[in-house]
Amino acid sequence: MTIQGLLYIALVFALVLGSAFPMGRYLAAIFEGRVKYFSALENGFYKLAGVDPNRAMRWQDYAVTLLLLSVIHFLLLYAILRLQFYLPYNPQGIAGMSPRLAFNTAASFTTNTNWQAYVPEAQISNGAQMLGLAVHMFISAAAGIAAAAAVMRAFTGSGLKSLGNFYVDLTRISLYLLIPVTIIAGALLVIAGSPQLFPNVPFATAHTLDAGSQTIAMGPVAFQEAIKEFGTNGGGWYNANSAHPFENPNAWTNLLENWLDLVIGFGLPIAFGFMIKDKKQGRALMYAMAIILALGCVGTYAAEAAGNPLHIAAGLSASDGNMEGKEVRFGIPASTTFNVAATGTSTGAVDSFTDSYMPLAGSIPIFLMQLGEVTPGGVGSGFYTIIVFALLSVFVAGLMVGRTPEYLGKKVQAKEIKLAMLGVLILTVFILAGAGFSLMTASGVGSLANGGPHGLSEMLYAWTSATENNGSAMAGLSADTPLLDFGLGSAMLFGRFAFMIPILAIAGSLAAKPKLPASAGTFPTDGPLFIGLLIGVIIILGGLQYLPADTLGPLADHFLLYSGKTF
Amino acid sequence: MSVTREYPIPATKESQISFIQELRPALSLVALFTIITGFLLPMAFTGVMQLVLPYQANGSLIRVNGQIVGSAIIGQNFTSTKYFTSRPSALTGTDSKGNTIPTPYDASESGASNLGPASATLLQNIQQRIAAYRKTYGPGVVPADAVTASGSGLDPDISVPNALRQAPAIAAARKISADKVTALVNQMTHHAFLGIVGTDHVNVLQLNLALDALPAS
Repeated sequence: MTIQGLLYIALVFALVLGSAFPMGRYLAAIFEGRVKYFSALENGFYKLAGVDPNRAMRWQDYAVTLLLLSVIHFLLLYAILRLQFYLPYNPQGIAGMSPRLAFNTAASFTTNTNWQAYVPEAQISNGAQMLGLAVHMFISAAAGIAAAAAVMRAFTGSGLKSLGNFYVDLTRISLYLLIPVTIIAGALLVIAGSPQLFPNVPFATAHTLDAGSQTIAMGPVAFQEAIKEFGTNGGGWYNANSAHPFENPNAWTNLLENWLDLVIGFGLPIAFGFMIKDKKQGRALMYAMAIILALGCVGTYAAEAAGNPLHIAAGLSASDGNMEGKEVRFGIPASTTFNVAATGTSTGAVDSFTDSYMPLAGSIPIFLMQLGEVTPGGVGSGFYTIIVFALLSVFVAGLMVGRTPEYLGKKVQAKEIKLAMLGVLILTVFILAGAGFSLMTASGVGSLANGGPHGLSEMLYAWTSATENNGSAMAGLSADTPLLDFGLGSAMLFGRFAFMIPILAIAGSLAAKPKLPASAGTFPTDGPLFIGLLIGVIIILGGLQYLPADTLGPLADHFLLYSGKTF
Repeated sequence: MSVTREYPIPATKESQISFIQELRPALSLVALFTIITGFLLPMAFTGVMQLVLPYQANGSLIRVNGQIVGSAIIGQNFTSTKYFTSRPSALTGTDSKGNTIPTPYDASESGASNLGPASATLLQNIQQRIAAYRKTYGPGVVPADAVTASGSGLDPDISVPNALRQAPAIAAARKISADKVTALVNQMTHHAFLGIVGTDHVNVLQLNLALDALPAS
């Protein structure tokens, strides 16, 4: 570890938290319908689509419309992937995906996960990436943010029947946030060297200096790369994801992508503060997210910078850190910070390969996902998940003093707590049972790339990543098998919708309640005491359920490695 | 403080949800967004980028005497002793008999080794690479980037210590002074901004092109 490395982490946090405030203010303005730059276009949209923008939706309507749109979009992507051979713009002549791989991929992109069981360069056409995957990167991100906006509205007043209008939220978030930033960030990526072209031959061919030849895959990369990060999607144009020089040409683009990953996630609690007209409440949630993420960044950096003792003993420079799976232009701190940020959000992009991380360094990304993706989590999903933890925190505090818990003037009662616990436990069951079951089958064990506890980490990582809608992988795992295509595909759908709907139900229930004025007995939820309690609840409730599994994977891996054991 | 404020969307209608009624907006929005974000925007964006930044938008291809020799930001494989060598690349392909063979720096694919930190194969690979590196460039501690596979398999860069270790052997193969090659490495080094953003490194293809362009002594 060096001072410069720690300063880099500090720089990322300064940039992200500094911009979270203007971002949050802008998000709130979008949610409240005060942003109108393209209102003519927006209204044209509603006319064409038959949307009544004045219609107020109950939580059930909001959930149903969101689900229906997701199902339609899922089916469209499935069809595109199966039929890509016949669709335009397939210079490589790539065949349609198998049914199970198309199912897995369609589930993955509909749920904002972007788990990639396919090899992009070989298994998906340029046309299908554009028309299929990139569109989902906008829509699934906008749908997540819309759900967060709906949850925020529940706290804005008394006796509310409506959580907003899903179609309107979706359109505004895309039009006023995702599309403009994608264009700007995409242009910056092109300036740095990310390609953006429609080649009519599959590859550029170079005659290399050493009298050989090299084929280079290219396409409209930059545009997709920008929304891939900004919408916390993570699905790379290339197999190597953000480690590929065309996706991430230099240290500055790496910093930009890192910022894009985090800024909406940290902006949403700030937006919440504006919506409920109590900015300190939003800031408290943001700080809780940031503290956990910062600890994760420093921990992962420390473990990777220490290097691999086995390799150092073989003669490798001890001060270089663990460079296996990393790119020289980023170096250790920027690589680890990128991966931690992408697992603390639900992006799952990587600029270095987690499978080759030191065991403890690799345990932090997996732990951040297991916490439930709240640091700051996926766009939208991270916010509504931390609201669940906030409700559980005031519940815990309420139990201690024997008062009915309240959050932001809303009484938190049995119904909300039951739904909140359902949301938290339902995912755990999927992750642990899924990984456990897979490892009992020959097919699951056959998918592993590494032996020993590291193999268990790979499988646990896969189920965690899919269920929590992250999408990163310990990429040695062979994921295109019937077991994992169907298993992880279901995990992604379940992790997204079986979690989002109970939360919308909680929001609907809270919205209808009166907003009580704070009294002397109200537990303040905007100070350090609450931040500490919230972090405790996130780690205890979110994390401890997985500790036994993590002990068998990364921790066992660590101790065996340091005792000199290889597999 | 009590806040009683209705959400600004006025509840003009009692909403009664019906799947059939919702089909039209849901289908239309999916179609509209597919056309806009999947077709119109990327097409227009590509058009503008091709016009304004044609070099980068087309992959930063370097031409020497009209022939493409590579991309400035994609690494390539160098085996000749006259050139600086790139990092190990974990990329593999299949030969005509269906066997897996190494295809380092084949930029029609990309990826890492994904070997775990306690992998015996990785340890063995690193030991062999260290031995080979020392044989070519002399004994001593080996820079990590010289014997570990990159994330993309296409890493265009090497670290400065790695380049400086290679310089004397390359000078000898080209029969020029080692100082000249070392000076070239230093001249071609990209520095980290304030020591914080980025790393000190050298782009191998650009370095080797500069080597070829050195006047014969």
